[in-house]
Amino acid sequence: MTTYFNEMYEGGQVREPYARLEDWTKAMPAALRAMKQAEAEALFRRIGITFAVYGEGGDPDRLIPFDMFPRVFTQAEWRKLERGIKQRARALNAFLLDVYGRAEIVRAGKIPARMVFQNEAFERAVAGFTPPRGIYSHIVGIDIVRTGADEFFVLEDNCRTPSGVSYMLENREIMMRMFPQLFRENRIEPVDGYSDALRRTLASVAPAKCEREPTIAILTPGHYNSAYYEHSFLADLMGVELVEGADLFVEGGFVWMRTTEGPKKLDVIYRRIDDAFLDPLCFRPDSMLGIPGLMDVYRSGGVSICSAPGAGVADDKAVYTFVPEMIRFYLGEEPLLNNVPTWQCAKPDECKYVLENLGELVVKEVHGSGGYGMLVGPKSTKDQIETFRAKIEAHPENYIAQPTLALSATPTFVEEGIAPRHVDLRPYCLVGEKIELVPGGLTRVALKEGSLVVNSSQGGGVKDTWVLAE
Amino acid sequence: MILTVHHVTTYDYDAPMRGAVQSLRLFPSRFDGQRTIRWDVEVQGGIRGGNFRDGAGDKVEGWSLRGPVTEVTISAIGQVETTDTAGVLRGHREIVSPFAYLRETSATWIDHALRDLAEAAATGTKDPLDRAHRLSRAVSDAIAYRPGTTHAHTTAAEALSQGEGVCQDHAHALIASARAVGMPARYVSGYLFAREDGEPHEAAHAWAEIWVETIGWIGFDPANECCPDSRYIRIGSGLDAREAAPIKGVAQGDGSERLDVTVALEAVQQ
Repeated sequence: MTTYFNEMYEGGQVREPYARLEDWTKAMPAALRAMKQAEAEALFRRIGITFAVYGEGGDPDRLIPFDMFPRVFTQAEWRKLERGIKQRARALNAFLLDVYGRAEIVRAGKIPARMVFQNEAFERAVAGFTPPRGIYSHIVGIDIVRTGADEFFVLEDNCRTPSGVSYMLENREIMMRMFPQLFRENRIEPVDGYSDALRRTLASVAPAKCEREPTIAILTPGHYNSAYYEHSFLADLMGVELVEGADLFVEGGFVWMRTTEGPKKLDVIYRRIDDAFLDPLCFRPDSMLGIPGLMDVYRSGGVSICSAPGAGVADDKAVYTFVPEMIRFYLGEEPLLNNVPTWQCAKPDECKYVLENLGELVVKEVHGSGGYGMLVGPKSTKDQIETFRAKIEAHPENYIAQPTLALSATPTFVEEGIAPRHVDLRPYCLVGEKIELVPGGLTRVALKEGSLVVNSSQGGGVKDTWVLAE
Repeated sequence: MILTVHHVTTYDYDAPMRGAVQSLRLFPSRFDGQRTIRWDVEVQGGIRGGNFRDGAGDKVEGWSLRGPVTEVTISAIGQVETTDTAGVLRGHREIVSPFAYLRETSATWIDHALRDLAEAAATGTKDPLDRAHRLSRAVSDAIAYRPGTTHAHTTAAEALSQGEGVCQDHAHALIASARAVGMPARYVSGYLFAREDGEPHEAAHAWAEIWVETIGWIGFDPANECCPDSRYIRIGSGLDAREAAPIKGVAQGDGSERLDVTVALEAVQQ
């Protein structure tokens, strides 16, 4: 059994942030717990939040299990994380503005030209364009794992349209409804400021041509999309329209929304559809979801699109290894949050190491997501390892490898009572006029004993995430 | 040379459409080989949208038409002064890295035959300019100019395998071959003034540009076995014909479309 950091118990002692939770669980008999769990599930079903986290696939109508045991950070822990997350969000945006401009980082030899310009996510169509405030990624979801009291690592960055924030908000809402006394006993930082902050962020990047209070809308692929609930939930909270491509059209250099009172000019689009589907005249000609002519309006400064088309070039798993370099290059600072050491199979010597140590490593596809196409060496059979070896040998450039991290665990309600289960964290950093981070995020938990895969498609659940006030 | 261009494109619909949107990449490039004297783009009955110059230096303008639409007429009329730069795109302002033009598209997908052709042409010289010329010659030799044998969606590999095609096929094949040996290449659309006697002729043209490290972008026209000179007017570029298309548009509705294009080029007597 590998050792890992238990966020609640350290050397037989309860760690400070969890101090009050021990009494809470002791005072909760199994019968009450089961009742509460059923209540939570009913609440989730009623509000209809059943979608899968971005790119994970799976059954869209399946409820992601909610674990009632909260995950807790102290104020000091959070402040440190916050600084690291904001630093990273700044660097990622600086990188995006740079690679669509003069690409100084490539000229300086800090990242290979091929990795940027031949990247599938690099959109030639937006090169040379400076979006309002120079921001490409307005909502940066940074996946973080913990391995010790003071050790945090960034697992990946999500610069396009990271989802799951509705879970952060709903998990809190439901916890407060079911356990109001917990929120009286603990001073917990609120997360409900997120929707206002998101609205502020979007409004702050309205195009220069917008001379009044900007009109904002969320562009969704429609109700068949697994994250549709989140799209409508956020539109509701922000008091903005939820639109599909067919509700919009371009005319005279602007984007217009069809309404019962006639066309209304739209200034900022928070899009939850991929670049490829935004505009059939610019990207995939067969796209039925997009708005023909949208990119011409965008590039001539008539509308803002969040995240900006092309933002995905910063969050690819191969580009990820260069983020610490970006932080040094653009900000002149040392990274506050570390990357997980990563071997690139594209490099022959690193590939050799990976193939020799497959049994101990985690191997991922460069463009994969959602825990699919992934090998967790220590948890795999000989056959699985050999299958992967063949895949890597055939296309080394498609794979990266990382050490198997001993992810921290937090107490989780399981069949037998309470047991530690491994967790990660996705906070949502907003980048507009200001960089804002709501104190909290989405904690995902691997519900299977010993499992390190927190993705909902692979048996993961979610938890409320607390940041204690001082 | 001063060239007068009269380029009219008409889409006819057999049933009224609810509306149409156009994205026009239909403006002469700015570089040492070209100076625009005047240039007017108009979509009849259309509403002009925003315009911008993209990262590759092309000017793009959006247009839209309110329904019912039964006909869309796009005209580009103007005069351009050209000088021979031996195909070199000198003085052209663009920001996109040449490395972005190594990416394959479905029209320029590199099959074994294209790779073989490219590698055979490239061996024997290390000089990139020489290589580019050899690649262009190899494509000219392998694909005979024969109108009507290919269509708008023919790929480079298909054109090479049948050994005939038009300028679009030549350009695609040259782009694919150049990329196959690691040279960035792109599709260029424009006009060619080809008949001194003033007879009307098919003047819409396309060729390829190859990135030569020490010089920059250089045009190659395998269909005419030369580099663009003062008879050429450069309009726009892209990874392939679809991206570089001077006119992209969609109309909403069930009608089917009939396309009619006339391009007339005339040399102004000096």
